Amino acid sequence: MGMTFAEKALGKAAGYPVKAGEVVTVEPHFCMSHDNAAPIAKTFKKIGVPKVWKPDHLVFILDHAIPAPTDEHAVNHKEIREFVEEQGIPHFYDVTSKGGVCHQKMCEEGFALPGLIMIGSDSHTCTYGAYGAFSTGIGRSEMAAAWATGKIWFRVPESLKITVTGKFNKGVSAKDLILKIIGDIKADGADYMSVEFHGPAIEAMSIAERMTLCNMGIEMGAKNAVCPPDQKVLDAIKGIEKTNEWEALWADEDAVYASELSYDLGELVPCVAKPHTVDNYAPIDEVKGTKIHQAFLGSCTNARIEDLRLAAGILKGKEVAVRTIVIPASWRVYRQALNEGLLDVFMDAGCVITNPGCGPCMGNHEGILAPGETCISTANRNFKGRMGNKESFIYLASPMTVAASALKGEIADPREVL
Amino acid sequence: MEQSVLRGKAWVFTDDVDTDLIYHNKYLAETDPKKMAQFSFEYYPGKENFAKEAKPGDFVVAGRNFGAGSSREHAVYCLKELGIPVVLAENFSRIYYRNAINNGYPVLFVAGLSQAIKDGKIKDGDELEVNIGTGEIKDVTNGNAFHGDAVTDLEKDIMASGGLIEYLKATATKK
Repeated sequence: MGMTFAEKALGKAAGYPVKAGEVVTVEPHFCMSHDNAAPIAKTFKKIGVPKVWKPDHLVFILDHAIPAPTDEHAVNHKEIREFVEEQGIPHFYDVTSKGGVCHQKMCEEGFALPGLIMIGSDSHTCTYGAYGAFSTGIGRSEMAAAWATGKIWFRVPESLKITVTGKFNKGVSAKDLILKIIGDIKADGADYMSVEFHGPAIEAMSIAERMTLCNMGIEMGAKNAVCPPDQKVLDAIKGIEKTNEWEALWADEDAVYASELSYDLGELVPCVAKPHTVDNYAPIDEVKGTKIHQAFLGSCTNARIEDLRLAAGILKGKEVAVRTIVIPASWRVYRQALNEGLLDVFMDAGCVITNPGCGPCMGNHEGILAPGETCISTANRNFKGRMGNKESFIYLASPMTVAASALKGEIADPREVL
Repeated sequence: MEQSVLRGKAWVFTDDVDTDLIYHNKYLAETDPKKMAQFSFEYYPGKENFAKEAKPGDFVVAGRNFGAGSSREHAVYCLKELGIPVVLAENFSRIYYRNAINNGYPVLFVAGLSQAIKDGKIKDGDELEVNIGTGEIKDVTNGNAFHGDAVTDLEKDIMASGGLIEYLKATATKK
């Protein structure tokens, strides 16, 4: 009987064959933390182990509130710098032009690698599945424990196989696919499971598109989400690998799945997730014309160069009707957008471009909403109050839909402006 | 682990209660668990005063996917610090569940609870009797009974120590 990706990855890490349902204790490879490395460091000190197990397995990337907007954030950042110094942690991305959103940095810096067990003290750590990693989000205590012991327990998850065929129609993208899937199976539809994306349409997708899919695995409750480590992945990591311990692993043809789904991209339309849950799917026709006050193009879900190109293609030579905030996922993406002239397109259209980071996605700064306001966003969560005010409304959509909506000042169908 | 029967009032929530509703991201910079209690459910419509009105010993009762979303442990700390002895839900988001176990905070998986809430078989203010050890739950107000599955053997050691960090400290001392 064949094995799923999760069984292979966790079995390799455990050192013996495992099946779904078994519990294994494994050594994680890279352990990512962002601004919350500060409270984790405090918890770590309570354990009574003086040094972290392997300093070069820890990666700290400041992104949630940078540069620090409040004194509390500033203190957190300071504590992280002190801990980095004290523990000799080599992989630290501070508030510099080498930084960006943590999940983007993990991928573009060569930490996200096929077959690695990766953990992060952030729920969207599942993003690295786009590179074939087994990656999952954990809490702070658990991260402190991993730093101290180099161990973490996992129940080998059952797997959900999603096979994707067909081609996107004009104006439709990976974000529309994942919002549709979550709308179908709901916010707990993949609870505790490993989600595997299969099929020719996944193979045809860029890694950026695969990152959008895997990033939102957590929004259906998944432990991890993963795409095949194909030639595109191998080409992308070539020369930047932060370790040589990776191995391209993939599910066997005859692996056993808890559940299987299939999607044809040709049947998808542009869509949104309506307030206040990610599974509140609506095709664009149902919400077209809804007045908006802000558009946000950013976050770990959709702020890569590919996303910025799609949005710029719609905004070029036009002017936005509402305040539009553009936050490239990293400074590398920012520079590329600058060199390609995309930042000019955004500025000419009237957008505000801020420094790479999480920005307003979880309501820290750079675009908080006022009561009664509505934002259309490329991010991954529209929970009540997520962008700072509980009387505001967030619609999630693709970069193309967000750009089209920004032009009209209301939710708009990107197919009409392409 | 606590084997005796606990008695308290039910605070009833829907399905998919996300971490922003339990503990809003506005207060994420807070690192002292004791100060987190006051923000519990501040963003949950109709339960904004939960932190002020809930008494130690009261129960949080919810449907499916409690704790969906963020990995923030604040969403566990705030309820624990408030004196809520256990969260009863149909099921929990994976990270919330792990965070609860790793902090020695009991949660019970109660089959059928989501529908029971929708059908009004368990309501705000009902008096409940809960045995965390056996998983027996009784709504004293209307006589309805439920059963919750307690933690598995795997997590019992961690729970018994009071959480993952305490567990590691104890293990380190033994060496």
